[in-house]
Amino acid sequence: MDYVIEMIDITKEFPGIKANDQVNFKLKKQEIHALLGENGAGKSTLMSVLFGLYQADEGHIKVRGQEVDIRNPNDANDLNIGMVHQHFKLVHNFTVTENIILGSEDTKYGMLTYQNARQKIKELSDRYKLKVNPDAKIEDISVGQQQRVEILKMLYRQAEILIFDEPTASLTPQEIEELMKILKGLTKEGKSIVLITHKLNEIRQVADRCTILRKGKSINTVVVKDTTNEQLAEMMVGRKVVFELEKTKAKPKDTVLQVKNLSIKQKEGSKLLVKNVSFKAKRGEILCIAGIEGNGQTELVYGLTGMMPIQEGSILLKDNDITGLSIRNRSLTGLSHIPEDRQRHGLVLDFTLENNLILQNYFTSKFHHRGFLKFEAIRENAERLIDQFDIRSSRGPISLARSMSGGNQQKLILGREIDRNNDLLIAVQPTRGLDVGAIEFIHQQLIDQRDQGKAVLLVSLELDEVMNISDRILVMYEGELVGELDPSKIDEKELGLYMAGSKRGEIS
Amino acid sequence: MIELMNQLNFAFPYIIRAMALLSIVALGGLFSERSGVVNIALEGIMIMGAFAGAWTMIIVMNNMNIPLQWNAFIGLSVGAITGMVFSLFHAFAAIHMKSNQIISATALNFFAPAFAIFTARSVTGDRALNVRLDYAISEVPILSNIPILGPWLFTNAYLSTYLAVIIFIVAYIVLYKTPFGLRLRSCGENPHAADSLGVNIYKIRYAGVMISGALAGLGGVMFVLSFSTRFDGAVAGFGFLALAVLISGQWKPIRLILIAFLFALFRVISEIPDELVGIRNLNLPQEIWRMLPFIATLVILAITSKGSAAPRAVGEPFDAGKR
Ligand SMILES: Nc1ncnc2c1ncn2[C@@H]1O[C@H](COP(=O)(O)OP(=O)(O)OP(=O)(O)O)[C@@H](O)[C@H]1O
Ligand SMILES: [Mg+2]
Repeated sequence: MDYVIEMIDITKEFPGIKANDQVNFKLKKQEIHALLGENGAGKSTLMSVLFGLYQADEGHIKVRGQEVDIRNPNDANDLNIGMVHQHFKLVHNFTVTENIILGSEDTKYGMLTYQNARQKIKELSDRYKLKVNPDAKIEDISVGQQQRVEILKMLYRQAEILIFDEPTASLTPQEIEELMKILKGLTKEGKSIVLITHKLNEIRQVADRCTILRKGKSINTVVVKDTTNEQLAEMMVGRKVVFELEKTKAKPKDTVLQVKNLSIKQKEGSKLLVKNVSFKAKRGEILCIAGIEGNGQTELVYGLTGMMPIQEGSILLKDNDITGLSIRNRSLTGLSHIPEDRQRHGLVLDFTLENNLILQNYFTSKFHHRGFLKFEAIRENAERLIDQFDIRSSRGPISLARSMSGGNQQKLILGREIDRNNDLLIAVQPTRGLDVGAIEFIHQQLIDQRDQGKAVLLVSLELDEVMNISDRILVMYEGELVGELDPSKIDEKELGLYMAGSKRGEIS
Repeated sequence: MIELMNQLNFAFPYIIRAMALLSIVALGGLFSERSGVVNIALEGIMIMGAFAGAWTMIIVMNNMNIPLQWNAFIGLSVGAITGMVFSLFHAFAAIHMKSNQIISATALNFFAPAFAIFTARSVTGDRALNVRLDYAISEVPILSNIPILGPWLFTNAYLSTYLAVIIFIVAYIVLYKTPFGLRLRSCGENPHAADSLGVNIYKIRYAGVMISGALAGLGGVMFVLSFSTRFDGAVAGFGFLALAVLISGQWKPIRLILIAFLFALFRVISEIPDELVGIRNLNLPQEIWRMLPFIATLVILAITSKGSAAPRAVGEPFDAGKR
């Protein structure tokens, strides 16, 4: 059997860390090959080396048996290698077509022409079932559609080897289902695919083989159907992973958060995104807001935390009316928040780890004295939290947040928010893009918070997460709460019906 | 009514001149900023262009016997080339050295007037370079006789104004209809996207800054030709005003022209209030009129910058490793 890609003994070092250490990776023609590993294991780095974004310090690459030197994405392009990155690389105010042709435009008398491109895009999108409107602006289309644009970009450049870096991290379950079909379709047409993902069931669903990386080293390459999920997880983390969480029954106590008739209007326009929502969150329970993306959950949280003005209604936190308070005063009243978009709202990416850890309380006497920061206290705080929450980085407290892997950025925020010891913890999609080990860790932390008598408000799109760790579920559909469910009494299917709006229930 | 018409006929050529100058320089800024490099050095580059252009025109005038407009054309070309070369300092600092773009541009702004005055004085013994001659085209055959438009656009006009129109059309086409324009705009919004598709960010940004240098340098000579007939080390803040035009115009060429017109209008009202009867009758002190363009700048900026659509990556040095 010949390989289309062979990466042999690849080593890539960043300041303070070997992101890839003698890694071996071989891709067969027409297979879907999964790349599995903890956050920071070096998956994105390895694929960036293949795509020419980074140069390996050691090792060599063969493409279709030929030894090659890939110095930049252009070289990769010439070798018919394409990549969809973890964070999409699209120009937000260009149209779909413009994004696809950028860098390989057709011209007539020096002027851009779109006819050929449009024709070609149409053919590709028919053939691979990638439906998009070629004239829509990127900022106006959904994340799922943006991803299709990324795939079309590669196909337009005749890519034969397609790399997907965590393509499902920000898709809805329906979009994931479609993407899986698209991937299968692509291999049928002769393409070979590398799929980076943390979701074992996706690997099981589409991948033929799987290579496991751990701390920069390649551990093993296995045939997926001969391996169990437990075995995969164990190779990846280096120890046994518990899939079922230890969780006792909740003992809800007094109310911490009370939301009354909350409505929130669109930023521009008059549409209500949150309609007359009322609920209570109690100490000692994990209350989950479930729903399909874009049904008002994001705005509801923005309203609660003060990131967006509300139209009507009131918010009580431990009997204090916080409706009119600023973000800081809400947080001081007793609200912790793990935001949905960790890079935009959770971190200052160009600050160090230790400074990111004090963003919420640098102004307290703990960290400053007469207008000057207490560096020692800040360092100690960082060291304590790094230890407690197992935050891994290349240079400890002084690592830049930007250089950390997604999972560790998330642990940083989690540590900061939990450590403030507030009575209410709002966690929005806390495990997006994380490896199974980190997910397990974060779930355990949320349950611990509950058991310590905090109220946890979890907003999640993932059905497994909703079913496994919540004590009570509120389903949100088109801005309204349409059902209150007990996870022990329903199954995923029924929850799905509520989320799709085809079933409604009573809210107490 | 006739009185009003006369006054408009009188004021309009001034407005057109200021507008042409502002739009060309702002257009220069647009090329730089939409490629991702902030360029507040427009003023300094204009001064260098004006200096080189004025000097060249004086030398040519003294030594050669060529038609006036040819001399103007030579002056404008030399100004453009000088501006382009001078802007390379900013390009190198901002793009290759990844330095702070505001600082390297400010350095150019400080350097240019000092250098120009020093050199002018060493050469002529005087602070200023006198171009002296009037380069206005008093009338264009046939076209000047068109009612309304004739007196407004084709009397007392300058070669540079017509040049500006052509440049503007070409620039618009380049920006929106050519691969280069598409790539340039992508570099200012999301250079990582462009980079992953094999676009050379460095080349494009150099090109953007150099075009801005050429246009600003050209603008400097336009200023000398149509506003002062002498060069004394300054361009009356037109470079900074052009920046305001660029921002108020939301980095879009067509809006930029409209805003340039507004700014030019206020500028002219402030410059020649005595000639405009209606305004003279208001009996306000001179200073009020002089302040007008700057107050207008503040107000227009305050109103228009709200929905500001600056290129997303403007001012950020490109770093391929950044995630
Ligand atoms: N540009 C960079 N500069 C410094 N360190 C980096 C850089 N890119 C990655 N690293 C480090 O290299 C290691 C591997 O990172 P990489 O992004 O490849 O992990 P990953 O397996 O893709 O993780 P995730 O699942 O979180 O995406 C991490 O420790 C990360 O902090
Ligand atoms: Mg990654």
